[in-house]
Amino acid sequence: MPTSLKMISTRWDDPQGHTLARYRETGGYEAIRKAMTMEPDAVIEEVKAANLLGRGGAGFPCGTKWGFLPKDVFPRYLVVNGDESEPGTFKDRLLVERDPHQLIEGVLIASWAIRAKQAFIYVRGEMALAHERLAAALNEAYAAGLVGRNIMGTDWSLDVVFHFGAGAYIVGEETALIESLEGNRGMPRLKPPFFPASKGLYMQPTVVNNVETLANLPWIINNGAAAFTTIGDAKACGTRLFALSGHVNKPGVYEVDFGTTTFRELFESPEYGNGIRMGRSIKAWIPGGASAPWFFEEHLDMALHPGPVGAAGSMLGSGAIVVMDDQTDMVRAAWRLVKFFAKESCGKCSPCREGTNWLEKIYRRILDGHGRPEDIDLLMDVADNISPGLTWPPKQTTICPLGPSAASPLVSTVRRFRDEYEAYIRKVA
Amino acid sequence: MSDATTPEPPPKTTLTVTIDGRATEADPGELLIAHAEKVGTYIPRFCWHPRMREVGMCRMCLVEVDGPRGPSLQPACMLPVNEGMKVVTDSPTVKKAQDGVLEFLLVNHPLDCPVCDKGGECPLQDQTLSFGPGESRFVEEKRHYEKPISISDLVLLDRERCILCDRCTRFSKEVAGDPLIHFVNRGNRTEVNTFPDDPFSSYFSGNVVQICPVGALTASPYRFTARPWDLDQVESTCTSCAVGCRVVLQSSGDRVTRTQGVDSDAVNWGWLCDKGRFDFENIGSVDRLTNPKVRKAAGVAAQDATWFEALERAASVLRNTPAEQVGVIGGARLTNEDAYAWAKLLKGMLRIDNVDAQLGDGLSAQFIVGTPQATIGDIAGASAVILLSPDVKEELPVLFLRIRDAAHNKRVPMVELAPKATGLSRYVRQSLVYRSGEAGVAARALVAAVAGTPADRQIAGVEADLINSAAATISNALTSGKGNGNVVLVVGRTSLAETAQSIEDAAHVLLDAPFGASKKVLHACRRSNVRGAIDMGLAPGMLPGRVSLAQGLDWFSTEWGAVPMLPGKDTAAMLRAAANGELKALVLLGADPLTDFPDHVIAEAAFAAVPNIVAIDLFDTPSTDRASVVLPASGYAEKSGTVTNLEGRVSLATAKVSGPGVARPDWMIAVELANRLGHDLGFESVEDITAEIARVAPAYLTMTAATAGGNGALTPIAGAIDAANESLAATTAAEPDAHGTTSDVAEGGDTRLDDDADSVESVESVESPSVRTVPPLVTAAAPTLAVSVPQPDSYSLRLVVGHVLYDDGTLVSHSPSLAKLAPGDGLHLHPGEIERHGLSRGGQVNVVSQRTAVMLTVVENEAVARGSAFVPFGQVGGAAAALLDADELQASGIVKIRLETVAE
Repeated sequence: MPTSLKMISTRWDDPQGHTLARYRETGGYEAIRKAMTMEPDAVIEEVKAANLLGRGGAGFPCGTKWGFLPKDVFPRYLVVNGDESEPGTFKDRLLVERDPHQLIEGVLIASWAIRAKQAFIYVRGEMALAHERLAAALNEAYAAGLVGRNIMGTDWSLDVVFHFGAGAYIVGEETALIESLEGNRGMPRLKPPFFPASKGLYMQPTVVNNVETLANLPWIINNGAAAFTTIGDAKACGTRLFALSGHVNKPGVYEVDFGTTTFRELFESPEYGNGIRMGRSIKAWIPGGASAPWFFEEHLDMALHPGPVGAAGSMLGSGAIVVMDDQTDMVRAAWRLVKFFAKESCGKCSPCREGTNWLEKIYRRILDGHGRPEDIDLLMDVADNISPGLTWPPKQTTICPLGPSAASPLVSTVRRFRDEYEAYIRKVA
Repeated sequence: MSDATTPEPPPKTTLTVTIDGRATEADPGELLIAHAEKVGTYIPRFCWHPRMREVGMCRMCLVEVDGPRGPSLQPACMLPVNEGMKVVTDSPTVKKAQDGVLEFLLVNHPLDCPVCDKGGECPLQDQTLSFGPGESRFVEEKRHYEKPISISDLVLLDRERCILCDRCTRFSKEVAGDPLIHFVNRGNRTEVNTFPDDPFSSYFSGNVVQICPVGALTASPYRFTARPWDLDQVESTCTSCAVGCRVVLQSSGDRVTRTQGVDSDAVNWGWLCDKGRFDFENIGSVDRLTNPKVRKAAGVAAQDATWFEALERAASVLRNTPAEQVGVIGGARLTNEDAYAWAKLLKGMLRIDNVDAQLGDGLSAQFIVGTPQATIGDIAGASAVILLSPDVKEELPVLFLRIRDAAHNKRVPMVELAPKATGLSRYVRQSLVYRSGEAGVAARALVAAVAGTPADRQIAGVEADLINSAAATISNALTSGKGNGNVVLVVGRTSLAETAQSIEDAAHVLLDAPFGASKKVLHACRRSNVRGAIDMGLAPGMLPGRVSLAQGLDWFSTEWGAVPMLPGKDTAAMLRAAANGELKALVLLGADPLTDFPDHVIAEAAFAAVPNIVAIDLFDTPSTDRASVVLPASGYAEKSGTVTNLEGRVSLATAKVSGPGVARPDWMIAVELANRLGHDLGFESVEDITAEIARVAPAYLTMTAATAGGNGALTPIAGAIDAANESLAATTAAEPDAHGTTSDVAEGGDTRLDDDADSVESVESVESPSVRTVPPLVTAAAPTLAVSVPQPDSYSLRLVVGHVLYDDGTLVSHSPSLAKLAPGDGLHLHPGEIERHGLSRGGQVNVVSQRTAVMLTVVENEAVARGSAFVPFGQVGGAAAALLDADELQASGIVKIRLETVAE
């Protein structure tokens, strides 16, 4: 199988890849120079033409998102969502740690395009090295006149504010992130009316973009949208980072052609996962972060493409793929994720706050050998009260999708491995 | 309607919203939840409160709304109505979602309803019954917390019961501006709590108890005193201050157990201050006067007596003292009917005009009734607001909430003039803290700056920049096109150590300033029904219905038979006259001058000199202790009638419980005394008096109990005076010689009437003496005496004295839950002054005034300006009234003090 083109992870293996000197030696900050010769709207058109899908989870086209900003309402802000906190997700961390200037250049291009004068980079609080590298890179960029007042001698100025999170998964949700940036508790706002494009940070028009999305911008500007669309699938262009973890021989973050590479290639290719550990067979995997419904062996030859994955009832989401081999206890695995969501619920909506916690307690009781036969249906019904109908994409009785996310591992495992639940309960009887 | 031109049907201004298949018309901007309730579909909710920002977090109000992708569950509290919106509130999907949410709310909710105060009136209980699942499927261990914990001196929090609806936390932050309670922790461990060592000491803490949808927040004064189903309730008007909040009084077993706010759009929006909410404790106090008391001989204490004995004794005092030697102080505690009965007795029968409902702590009655009246609601609609008032947060807390809302949420530009920073200072655009006594100087500088002559130096202690930016605020506000172009002035006695003349002078400067389409005044008068008492004539030179003695002479001579010949003295003048031996009798209508008159020395001298004191009160006070006759009166919640708030709004006060012992309403005491003095006041019930007020008091014409019902009615009722004049003229025209009172005479056809019906101002030009007209309402004139102020010196500090919410006053001191909250005496100084004088915070300092010296504790208070010292009034110890030398104040316009550090 062909080796994918590397677009955004080119400097990862370079020990000095995070420095301004090396970034410049390898063509850095040329894209922003080029972008600044273009009209901002032309940059937006270029990104629209590239059909760059958001890499944060929802996969919304980036250029279209920028186009939602109401005309002539200023100030407007760019917010970078680097609060990558889902279990198994660690691609943005590497982008920030190993190539921070690429991100900064992406921020510059996006800010130029949307005419923002201030950008905020919100990075997960636990990523110590990422902080160090990004802070150093920002200092370098400010000192070199690449960020700040009169960038590269022009009359354009952009201030970039670097903000550390305080350790809440929910802040990865864009409206909660905005609340947190404003100094409030990280709790999501209801959309509508609080769509960031119109009522975002400080109630001003705001674009919230993922780290990986922005990291693609220098390449797109340098090489053009047309070149970008030749890579990967026509409807899922470019490359994408996947954080592969779990029971594969070679876990890691891999940049692969988007929309054409299959799960099987990702798991088995020596270049990527290099097969299931100890030669075992695969039992299930999470295709796109903890909130995605699980996939099973029949999905192995599906391409990593949002179209077919969505049609099959799941998503590529945050690009976190967790592989479970045939020895995995499905009930425990589901419990571990439900526990994560229960712990990370912000507490705002009753169904999520109380429901995820209740689910976790039922799981623990089952695992402790105190399950009752009716508990399996109870789990499903409690989940149904958080995510009515247990459909995909999920409906929700909550403001944000965190609560319904807890239903994914539960529903996937109960539907596929109900016998394992029953086995736990039978042990009691 | 027979016009040839048929008017076009007005364009449709409403939106059509279909709720459960029924088409309804909604106003644009309405939230679905509110609209549905208005048209009869109740959508259950916990977190939504109509007076607070919606958060949509309890998820109880989920309904199905048709959208481009089919029906979806949406929170009705976050959804503004749209044209064509289709809503289903009772589908199986909605029912399942609501069942689910209720089940979630209940999984960790302790089912301790049998011992919970909220049981029986609990929204969670009620909605579980109406919308919830029948039984619980939750078999796990519930969340546990220590229960309950006290988060302030009045409020307890049971975190196990809390359903985290964000109502209390939103209230404290958004409505009260006291963000002292917050969510802490996350997810399942989220709880409401205070920061350590930072209690929820808000003046509005009781509101969170009222709006809590479960029993998580309880207030110590009510806790465990009653079950909701045992409570009986009536609506009434709070008279703890002059704001006139609408309340329900709830009682059990003839005891008032709780006061709750009622949402009156014009006044309190459902909120109450803690003083108004919890001072019901004094109603059933064991300390209440239950029997009349008569002093049998000089030097012995007054002893219990019969009403017969006591009334005879009181009547003989009035019978044997010439009218000009009697002084009557008080009346703010009275209902309008009580006050009218006393006014009729004193002024109409006994021709006494030494009558004053205020205790030298307000502005003149003529100023209060004679300036264009603003309503509370006018503040939010005004283009600009100028505050020249005492600390509204301390004295009129719910008015503070309304002004804060206008300034903070509605961005109404405001400028404040005050001798000390107030609770509103942080919400106004500019707070001009002037040197005490120099309000007029500051006001003139502000007006000049607005008119185009900016200040070029510090004036009255206010920096030129600040004056000029305040002027810019006003100019910009008036040219911005926001608001109605009007200016509202909030005016009151900024400090007791500043003369009423000084404030009135400054207020007239602002009123006459050449800006603003119109200017109105909202009077920050403080003491309960003082506005009603003044309106009923309990003020020197005044007659009922906002009429002066001179102009009401004919009218009231006809109605009453007599009126006083000359204007009498106000309280300060009465006490001075008494001290000089010019008054032989004092009648105290619920007044305690020895505690409440700003200058204790003058009050004491008066009480020492007056041979006869008749006191009518609820409690023994320092003043009643000196009386020869004490008559026990019925108090708030024990008598019905009308009261008038600071906007001139009349509403009903309602009896809920019986008074203690043989206490009687004040009007009845007036009737009894009149009988003994050979007069007949002509009424036998409160209703008789209300009817007479509506007939004879010009500003109150046609003000019946029905009109004043509900949220009350503003006086004067529009058109009532004109209608009365028309009717009078018709009567006169029909019977030229008649001098009868008004009656329901049909409108005559005589065109001659038009002149008289025009307006009350035409009264003086009426030529025919036979046409009787309603006397004109008083118009305030600027004070004629120039107000002079001495130069500041660095040797002394200027005294500022004001009320704080909790003091040693009669009602608070007999409400145990509140009495303990009074801060006590203290000398409040700016940190800079503390440094300058080498004082230590919390240390003692000897405060020396022209006539006395008092040891006080030093309190650091950044609200106090340098060069000033603030002493709260009416605290235990009474330092303020000892220091406040009214003679010095009258002579120089200020009171100076010096500080002497105490040798270690």
